Amino acid sequence: MTEGTGGKAAIRTRTMEIVVAVFFLLSGAIVIYDSARLGARWGEEGPQAGYFPFYIGVILCIASMINLLQALAAAKREDSEFVQYDALKLVFSVLLPTAVYAGLIGPLGLYVASAVFIAFFMRWLGKYSWLLVASVSIGNSVVFFVVFEVWFKIPLPKGPLEAVLGLN
Amino acid sequence: MEELQSLMQGFAIALSLKNLALMFAGVILGVIIGVLPGLGGANGVAILLPLTFSMAQSPGGTTSAIILLSCIYWGALFGGAITSILFNIPGEPWSVATTFDGYPLAQQGRAGEALTAAFTSSFVGALVAVIMITFLSPIVARFALEFGPPEFFAVYLLTFCAFVGMSKEAPFKTIASMMLGFAMAAVGTDPVTGSLRLTFGHTELLNGFDFLVAVIGLFGIGEILLTLEEGLEFRGTKAKMNMRVVLDTWKVLPRYWLTSLRSSAVGCFMGIVPGGATPASFMSYGVARRFSKDGAKFGTGMLEGVVAPETAAHAAGTSALLPMLTLGVPGSPTAAVLLGGLLIWGLQPGPLLFVEQKDFVWGLIASMYLGNIAGLIVVLTCVPLFAAILRIPFAIVAPVIMVICAIGAFTVHNAIFDVWMMIVFGVMGYAFKKLNYPLAPLVLAIVLGDRAEASFRQAMLMSQGDMSIFFSTALVGGLTGLALFLLLWPLLSAALARVKRS
Repeated sequence: MTEGTGGKAAIRTRTMEIVVAVFFLLSGAIVIYDSARLGARWGEEGPQAGYFPFYIGVILCIASMINLLQALAAAKREDSEFVQYDALKLVFSVLLPTAVYAGLIGPLGLYVASAVFIAFFMRWLGKYSWLLVASVSIGNSVVFFVVFEVWFKIPLPKGPLEAVLGLN
Repeated sequence: MEELQSLMQGFAIALSLKNLALMFAGVILGVIIGVLPGLGGANGVAILLPLTFSMAQSPGGTTSAIILLSCIYWGALFGGAITSILFNIPGEPWSVATTFDGYPLAQQGRAGEALTAAFTSSFVGALVAVIMITFLSPIVARFALEFGPPEFFAVYLLTFCAFVGMSKEAPFKTIASMMLGFAMAAVGTDPVTGSLRLTFGHTELLNGFDFLVAVIGLFGIGEILLTLEEGLEFRGTKAKMNMRVVLDTWKVLPRYWLTSLRSSAVGCFMGIVPGGATPASFMSYGVARRFSKDGAKFGTGMLEGVVAPETAAHAAGTSALLPMLTLGVPGSPTAAVLLGGLLIWGLQPGPLLFVEQKDFVWGLIASMYLGNIAGLIVVLTCVPLFAAILRIPFAIVAPVIMVICAIGAFTVHNAIFDVWMMIVFGVMGYAFKKLNYPLAPLVLAIVLGDRAEASFRQAMLMSQGDMSIFFSTALVGGLTGLALFLLLWPLLSAALARVKRS
C-alpha cells in the first residue's frame, strides 16, 4: 500500500475496514430480512425460496461481524493510510467524469459520449494539443462504430448526431 | 488410446483456416489485454464474450468461439510476463512472483533473456497441463457421470472451501466476499418457486446481477482506479529481443529441467483446485529457491527464479479448465467467464459435454496445443510492439479502456443500467482490493450461486431436509470431508504452528 511517500492520508485503513465490514454486515442483514419474508423454512413441497439465501445471509453476517471486531480491535497507532489526498483526488477525477459519461450515453448515444469523454480526459488530465485530442477521441469512436455496427452487427445506443448523419 | 483418436479429430477441427486465424487473432488480442492496465484475462474475455453471440449460432461456431476466447486467455497469460519483467508491474496476481527475479534481470540489461525464459517456461507449463487435460479429463468426466445432486453440491462446497483454505487473505474476508457473491446470485427470480428475491420492487434487478458486468467492473474499473494512484506515468526498461538472444537462452534453459518439471507438477495440481494459479506461482518460486544450489541469489536476477513461477502459473491457468469442462466448476475467474460463455451459447458444461459435444470438447483441447504454440511465436517475435503499448501515456489509454469496459458492460444485456452497475462494481473492486478482500471467490460465487443452490435444494429434497445425505456414501462423504478439512485448514495450520513453537 502507499506509505510514507508524502501527502496526507485522506482516509485511514482502519476507518475503511470498518466501513466495508459494516457494508457487508448490512448486506447480510438485508438478505436475512428478505429470505425470512419469502420463507426460509421447509414448505409443503420442499425448501422455500428463502431457504438457501437465509443461511448465506447468516454466514455473511457472522463473517463480517468478525471482520468488524478485528478492525475495531486493531491498534490505532499501527494504522496505515488507506489513500492519500493526492491519490484520492486523482481517483475522483476519473470516477466523476466516468459517471457523467454513463449519464450521457442515453441522450447523446454511445459514440458521441465516448468521444466527449476521451477528449475531456486527454485535455484535462493529459494537457494534450487539441489536434491530438480530436484525432484520438473521434478516431476511437469511428473504429468502434465500424467494429460493432458494421462488422459484428451489434447495435449500440445512438443519439441525435447519428440521426442527422443517417447512420441509424 | 481412445483419447488420442478423439484428439486427432479435434486437431482436424481446430486446424481449419478460420480457426487458425481466430487463434492468432485471439492470442494477439490476449497479449494486448494482458499488457494493458485494467484489462486482464477475466474482464478481457468478459468484454469480448458478447461479440461471439452471433458467431456461436452458425454450425461449428461454438468451437470457433471457444477457440477465440481461450486463445485470448493464453495470450493474457503470456502478456502478464511482459509487464512484470519490463515494468515491474504484475499484470495478473500470478505474475507477482515473476517480478522478483524478472525485473532485476531487466535492470541488468538482460530483459531479452528473462522474457525468453518466461515465455518458454510458460509454454512448457501449459503443454504439461494440456497433456494432463487430454488424458485425465475423459476419466474425470466418465466418473462424474454418476454424480447426483449431493455429489455436485459437495464439489461446489469443496471449490469454495478450497478458497478459504488456500487463500493467503484472511479467512473471514474470503468468506464474506464469497457470501456476498452468493447473495448477488440469489437476486432476481427464484428458478424453482418463481418468487422474486431481493429485488425490492426494482425491475432492473429481475434478472439479478450479471457476473460479466461484475467481472468488468471489479477487475477492469477497479484496476484502473488502483493504477491511477501510482500516477500517470509508467517507467519501464527496454528489451532487446532477437533470434540470437532467444537461441542463447534456449541453450541455457534445459539446465533447469528439474525446476520446470517440479513447477509444472505444482501448477497442475494447484490449478485443478480453484484459485490455484497465484499460490502455485509463489509456492513453486519458494520450492525452487529451497532446492536450487543458487538459492541464496534468488531475487537478484536469476533465470531460474523466472522459470519456476511462470511454469507453475501457466500450468495452473491451463489446468483450471479441467474442472470447468468435466464438472462445470471453474478453477479461476477467467475459467468462470468461459463457463458463462458456454451457458450463453446453450452448452451445458459438465460430464455430459464429453458425451454430447465431442467435437466441441476435443476441438477446444486440440486448440490448447495449437494456441500455445501460436502464443509462443507471437510473443517471441512481437515483444517490442507490445511493450510500446505500455508506453502510450495513461491519460490516453485510461479513457479508452473505460470506454471499452462500458461497451462490454452495455452489450451484455443492451442496458445502460449495466454501465452504472459496472461503475459501482469498480468502486467495490477498488476498495476490496486495497483491503485484501479477495475478488475471485466473489466472482465464482456469482457464477455458481444458482447451480450450487439448485443442487443443494435437490439434495435436500432427496433426503427430506436431512443434512446427513452429504455423508451418506463414501464418495460424497469424502468430498464433504475434504471440503471441511480445507475450510478448517487456517485454524489447523495456526494450531500446528503454535504446537511447533512451544
